Amino acid sequence: MPDGEPVVDFATDWDHTDPQWVNNPYPIWEDLRERCPVAHTERYGGGWFPTTHDAVSRIANDTDHFTSRLVVVTKNKFPPNSPPAPVGPAPPITSDPPFHQIARRLLLPAFAPGPINALEPQIRALCNKHLDAQRGRDVIDAGSDYAQFIPPGVIAHMLGFPPEDDEKFREFVHLVLDLIDLEPEIRGPMFEPMAEYFTKQIEDHIANPRDDLTSFLLNVEVNGSKLAPEHVRGSMVLILVAGIDTTWSAIGSSIWHLATHPDDLARLVNEPDLMPLAVEEFLRFYAPVTMARLVREDYEFDGCPMKKDDWILLGFPAANRDPEAFDDADTFIIDRAVNRHAAFGLGIHRCVGSNLARLELRVALEEFTKRYQKFELDESSGVTWAPGQVRGPRHVPLRVA
Amino acid sequence: MKVTIDADLCQGQGRCFSIAPNLFGFDELGNGVVIGDGILTEGTLEQARLAQSNCPEHAIFIEEDR
Ligand code: HEM
Ligand code: SF4
Repeated sequence: MPDGEPVVDFATDWDHTDPQWVNNPYPIWEDLRERCPVAHTERYGGGWFPTTHDAVSRIANDTDHFTSRLVVVTKNKFPPNSPPAPVGPAPPITSDPPFHQIARRLLLPAFAPGPINALEPQIRALCNKHLDAQRGRDVIDAGSDYAQFIPPGVIAHMLGFPPEDDEKFREFVHLVLDLIDLEPEIRGPMFEPMAEYFTKQIEDHIANPRDDLTSFLLNVEVNGSKLAPEHVRGSMVLILVAGIDTTWSAIGSSIWHLATHPDDLARLVNEPDLMPLAVEEFLRFYAPVTMARLVREDYEFDGCPMKKDDWILLGFPAANRDPEAFDDADTFIIDRAVNRHAAFGLGIHRCVGSNLARLELRVALEEFTKRYQKFELDESSGVTWAPGQVRGPRHVPLRVA
Repeated sequence: MKVTIDADLCQGQGRCFSIAPNLFGFDELGNGVVIGDGILTEGTLEQARLAQSNCPEHAIFIEEDR
């Protein structure tokens, strides 16, 4: 749902929710990279969109001039009660140095390779449970029958939430990420059920502490005191939101690619050892996550007169298609050996969940291609791409027999 | 020749230890660390270079013998 009129020129009036961008952003970015590498818009209260790997990297690494206080572009820039920098509403993603590092370090051990790799059997079982449910069908939806179930199951387990609540999680994610064009008065109250849900989970964990991330965040001490309740809640919301849509989109785009590129599907089926390289190329080519920053004070960047509180739409997916940074940037090369992609971001906010995301993506694709060695897109129903800053196909209808 | 990781640049992207698990490991935060003294042989130099060229943070350095 675009913010107003359809876009005519993305260089001076970009909108990442415009249908052209949502359906196929790559030609738009390529054009901008050549013509106007840092595009501008007056929409959303004013903002900038860098399209080169170099500019994205410099901004991601420049926390002096760009703050992470808000990372999702909305009309509603400063909702009342929005906690200020350096903490922000959802630490660590909305935090700036020096506080950022404290909030981030707390989460890192739980997402390090050791504990994450231990989840592999469970993720494999989850994948097979949802594949088993499709038995006997000729047409399945790899988005809504498969991809969308994997991440919520894993995150619910890590946070210690009831697994049967995954429908609720998807609503919360939708609220935070997709419904950005609603007026503040309408969007604000919609957050209440989510707040209530988290309160209930937190109360339950205080009454019955257990070995999960929620209990960990409630009990951990930094410099001798426990975390502020808003910090605990913010980090929990972040893990839920950052962990679900992102990975689901990555799984969905990858299966969509295989369904539309039979040569790549055949290679992956015949050479399963290619999977680790293929996963990195899926992440580069279909990088699902775009982040935002706010300009801290008036600042000139590459000749652009940026104003305090202007948005920066930080296009990691655009950086991943920059021919200056990648050979044949617009070609999907399933065994690309040199692949310095930025799908998980760059600099201090690099995705905390990247080990988990890679594991989920790899296992989900391994189990899917074990079950179905041949499949193609069912052209009779369309593929719809989610609008906003997390891009992936919501529905991937496949003919599997 | 010797390979090192600049801990200030490394953000734990984890490419190095999946590409060359015999040369790189990780600490309890998931950041990359060099296993042992990091001295490279003819056999391991190529792997180290491959890991280097995949590190998104440009945190891996290979020093020539002086
Ligand atoms: C394919 C899936 C995923 C992609 C592409 C992705 C991408 C990203 C990106 C680009 C950032 C950087 C944000 C910024 O610069 O502002 C980020 C941060 C983050 N991600 Fe992910 N993510 C994925 C999955 C996950 C999962 C599964 C989790 C956890 C359960 C997670 C948790 C986080 C957290 C906590 C941060 C904030 C880190 C910080 O600010 O220090 N992500 N992610
Ligand atoms: S690939 Fe680079 S950023 Fe990632 S763990 Fe290794 S050294 Fe660190």
